[in-house]
Amino acid sequence: MVERQSHNELLTHLFRQEYTKMTAVLCRHFGLKHFEIAEDIASETFLKASEYWAINGVPDNPTAWLYTVAKNKARDYFKNLSIFETRIRDQFTAENDESGHSYEISTQLISDSQLAMIFAVCNPANSSKGQICLALQVLCGFSIEEISEAFLTKTETIKKRLHRARMNLRNDNFEIERLNKNDIDMRLDVVLKTLYLLFNEGYFSRSNDRQVRGELCSEAMRMMLLLTENPLTNTAQANALLALMCYQSSRLEARTSDKGEPILFEEQDKHLWDETLVDRGNYYLVRATDTGEVSKYHLEAGIAYWHTTGKEDIKWQNILGLYNRLILIEYSQVTALNRTFAFAMVYGCQEALAEAQKLELEGSSSYHALLGHLYSGLDSTKATEHFHIAISLTKSKAEKQTLSKKIQRLPDGHTSVK
Amino acid sequence: MKEFALIFRLSDIGDFRPSPEQMQERMNWLAGIAAQNRLVDRGNTLLTNPGSAVTVKPGKVVTDGPYTEIKEFISGYIVIKADSIDEAVAVAKANPIFEQVGGSIEVREILKRD
Repeated sequence: MVERQSHNELLTHLFRQEYTKMTAVLCRHFGLKHFEIAEDIASETFLKASEYWAINGVPDNPTAWLYTVAKNKARDYFKNLSIFETRIRDQFTAENDESGHSYEISTQLISDSQLAMIFAVCNPANSSKGQICLALQVLCGFSIEEISEAFLTKTETIKKRLHRARMNLRNDNFEIERLNKNDIDMRLDVVLKTLYLLFNEGYFSRSNDRQVRGELCSEAMRMMLLLTENPLTNTAQANALLALMCYQSSRLEARTSDKGEPILFEEQDKHLWDETLVDRGNYYLVRATDTGEVSKYHLEAGIAYWHTTGKEDIKWQNILGLYNRLILIEYSQVTALNRTFAFAMVYGCQEALAEAQKLELEGSSSYHALLGHLYSGLDSTKATEHFHIAISLTKSKAEKQTLSKKIQRLPDGHTSVK
Repeated sequence: MKEFALIFRLSDIGDFRPSPEQMQERMNWLAGIAAQNRLVDRGNTLLTNPGSAVTVKPGKVVTDGPYTEIKEFISGYIVIKADSIDEAVAVAKANPIFEQVGGSIEVREILKRD
């Protein structure tokens, strides 16, 4: 019984790690038109493992075992199928005969295949929501249920999003065998954006499931590492984005309580910050500055860097300066709100209120939370008012709790301020 | 929404080089417009130092700089969006240039071609 459970656990773990790699390697052989066959073979392989290992025990080298089975299944598949007879046979056999070891699985081959798969999946034609779903499924091995849990969205909706994105992947004619410079130039922006969104989905996710959130972040970082390890994709922007992810995830543990409630930055236990990740962040940020390029990832990494320092006297000046530049590169509500928060830290709440009121984001919960924060020391009645609006606008239970706490902490509105 | 060009004029060449604090204030003002999602084009700053500015006049006569003959010279421009010219004027009024060095901002609605 004990043994049975341990092999199930091992399999779940291996599945996450190996399923997407295996699909990527197989896709390289079949081409993207047949990527669903690759997925089927990978799934069948794991099914076979779960049956065989339950009876015979786990083999010494489970990964090698899995790849051998997958290899044989792929051979059988092509032997039996007419598609092999008509379309791929010549190419397939020629390649097979020449090298004799085209199925030889090396670490290099796996990471090359995965990198190619990332670029295949990140198609500018996809909607950004569909794009993330597809990345989660094909690159991270998430099930549809897990994706819908991460997004707090119905499985039917996720299925619809995936359907179109998978069609694009199949019909794209993307050359997956050899990643070429042209494809990289065309798609690197989308790749970085996808991984950025994937990470944020985990980092800022409204899902209370801490494990799912952590996995989204680490998957995004795993793929960023692949990018920075390949000379073709090791760009300044890639390094800046990885630096950002390192800084952010150094605070991942400190950001939520054991109950899954968010903990505000000022109240986080700084001892829980992961120093190793901060160091890695510094390392990648330095590498990102080689070319002198300044992208939004550079600026965001810069902001995250200042948050890791304790230099309170100059920190907010610098953060505001970086937010100023960031909002000039790309407008977003989040940046506008964060910039105003930094503005308040430099110039005070009164001045910042005037800036905030110009933003006119009445429908946003975060906007009212910010106004509540700015009014907190100035006018408790107004602060309460805005916090209440923020509570009514947010769907997140954890956020509602945090905001309620802020109302309780306000100085009594009736005692007049002298 | 309509679009407006804000054209900046300074009256003294010496004011063209702002201090770091003045730069920060100007940056805050510009980023503040972007934070309202009103910035269409952050435009350009036009240089004034000798060799960087000449005027071509009728008869193809070239003279040095614009500053020898007009009192105020154009130092730059941006393009913003606003519902009305009054809104655009309100944005212009908040520019730190008036506290810092004087000068003027011309607000001009842009003709939209389809």
